[in-house]
Amino acid sequence: MLLHQLFEHTARRTPHKLALVFEGRRCTYGELDRMASHLARALQSRGVRRGDRVTLFLDNTVEAVAGIFAALKCGAVMMPVNPLTRADKLAYLLNDSGASALLTQTELGGAYRDALARNTTVHTCFVASHGAATDRDARSLPFPDLDGSGIPDDPQAIDQDLAAIIYTSGSTGEPKGVMLTHLNMVSAATSVSTYLGIRSDDVILCALPLAFDYGLYQILMGFQHGATVVLERSFAFPVRVVETMSREGVTVFPGVPTMFSLLMNMTSLRERNLSALRAITNTAAALPEAHIRDLRALFPQAKLFSMYGLTECKRVTYLPPEQLDIRPTSVGRGMPNEEVWLVDDAGRRLPNGGQGELVIRGSNVMRGYWRKSDETLNKLRPGPIPGEMILYSGDIFRTDAEGYLYFVARKDDIIKSRGEKVSPREVENALYGMPEVLDAAVIGVPDPVLGEAVKAFVKLKPGASLSEREVIKYCMSKLESFMAPKHVVFVDDLPKTDTGKIRKTGLS
Amino acid sequence: MQDIKTTVRSFVVDNFIMGNSAAALADGDSFMAGHVIDSTGFLELVGFLEDTFGITVADDEMVPENLDSLDNIAAYVKRKLPA
Repeated sequence: MLLHQLFEHTARRTPHKLALVFEGRRCTYGELDRMASHLARALQSRGVRRGDRVTLFLDNTVEAVAGIFAALKCGAVMMPVNPLTRADKLAYLLNDSGASALLTQTELGGAYRDALARNTTVHTCFVASHGAATDRDARSLPFPDLDGSGIPDDPQAIDQDLAAIIYTSGSTGEPKGVMLTHLNMVSAATSVSTYLGIRSDDVILCALPLAFDYGLYQILMGFQHGATVVLERSFAFPVRVVETMSREGVTVFPGVPTMFSLLMNMTSLRERNLSALRAITNTAAALPEAHIRDLRALFPQAKLFSMYGLTECKRVTYLPPEQLDIRPTSVGRGMPNEEVWLVDDAGRRLPNGGQGELVIRGSNVMRGYWRKSDETLNKLRPGPIPGEMILYSGDIFRTDAEGYLYFVARKDDIIKSRGEKVSPREVENALYGMPEVLDAAVIGVPDPVLGEAVKAFVKLKPGASLSEREVIKYCMSKLESFMAPKHVVFVDDLPKTDTGKIRKTGLS
Repeated sequence: MQDIKTTVRSFVVDNFIMGNSAAALADGDSFMAGHVIDSTGFLELVGFLEDTFGITVADDEMVPENLDSLDNIAAYVKRKLPA
């Protein structure tokens, strides 16, 4: 089974069912499938072939949803990129992946034009326009009219082919492309939707970016089961999102702690009718116990799922909602059709009650990092059956007597802010791009809304001067906004190790 | 009205706009569609409006019609200020 076939089967079975609601636009399964097929045909006409990378650099829109399935229908590898990404990083992603095609929109011209100018692999850039397009680059073409009726050629893909490359921040500061096959993604979508019990009468609210696998899978799982997905551009205006939830009778609400914290600060929330809500899911960062309590009090009819995942295998664990009262701080156990356990430093399996690195075995485990064999070898290691590989999560957990997992710490220094991974090295690299900066160290500090906030310690060159705002603004011009420091402290010196490296322990 | 716009414009330009695109920001442009301000940025913007103009932005007022362009903000703040 190929990933897009989950959607195509639903479209054949229930072509008139409502698939997608976006800003007042309502698309049935049949309509959406025709849009995706037409776009796939257009990509093929431009030379996109099986295995080529198609980058989706788009806001949450109908074009983005059609683009996901269009890339897959061509047998191409979809590569969703967060629309907050700036030109430098986008250029890196296009070059690293050797992307053939780019699907984007005029509003992102500030980033994609500059990135495209530094890239030679992309031969076709389809630009969705909500204003006048002014591209000089001959590769840039208007987005195909999605009302067409093109039919793509069958690329003869198999489920061992890559369906997606999703870039994730690494502690080296260089983003790594997680390679996921059709089998990986079909397995993950099936496991997750099984324990969530996704049904055709569900209405799923997705205000998460589709470039984030948590958002992407709302579409994949919803369409696998013939549900309706209500897509929001963002969570910037929570009142509006809640109005939409109420109007559309949303039954499933996936969120991250920052979103829940904004929701619970809304005094008018109780006046809204959200009685259809049957499931709330949380991942990306742990929900504080107080928020778990408040959410359950607000939505007593809804089941709350605490989950934990990694882009490298999509989801790892979930806590069955009935366990929430017994072990509120646990992220649960492995999901269906997946085995997880803890190992010690020598890789030996630990009994329940132990503490060690979590490893994952299952069809959902990635094929590796795109063109990064050393990092792949470090993350994927031989499993129990000759030839199979298991995923070393890099996260330390402990288990209780029944085997339920509790997060302890990361082995690397990645920061989680707003549920997004932030590589301190990536932020430090940006800071070193400022001519005034001599030394920089970046850490995460607790923050009530963001989970962790990015904090930078900066030592300036002699005679140089900078304000906190100047530093933050510079970082925002180079990094996704969630990576830019919230706090900047100027210091006379940064503590160093014997080998001259900056020592971060003790900074706070 | 023009004063409100000027004050807010300089806050937005100082905090969110990179390079020379500041001049391109028209009074009616959506911050969200144009990727000028993201979801966390709107929280900062609300904090700025409350501190600068001494107003309180209620939950229900945190909507694009009040906050998603210089024109919208100016009209909203003017309504909130005592006549």
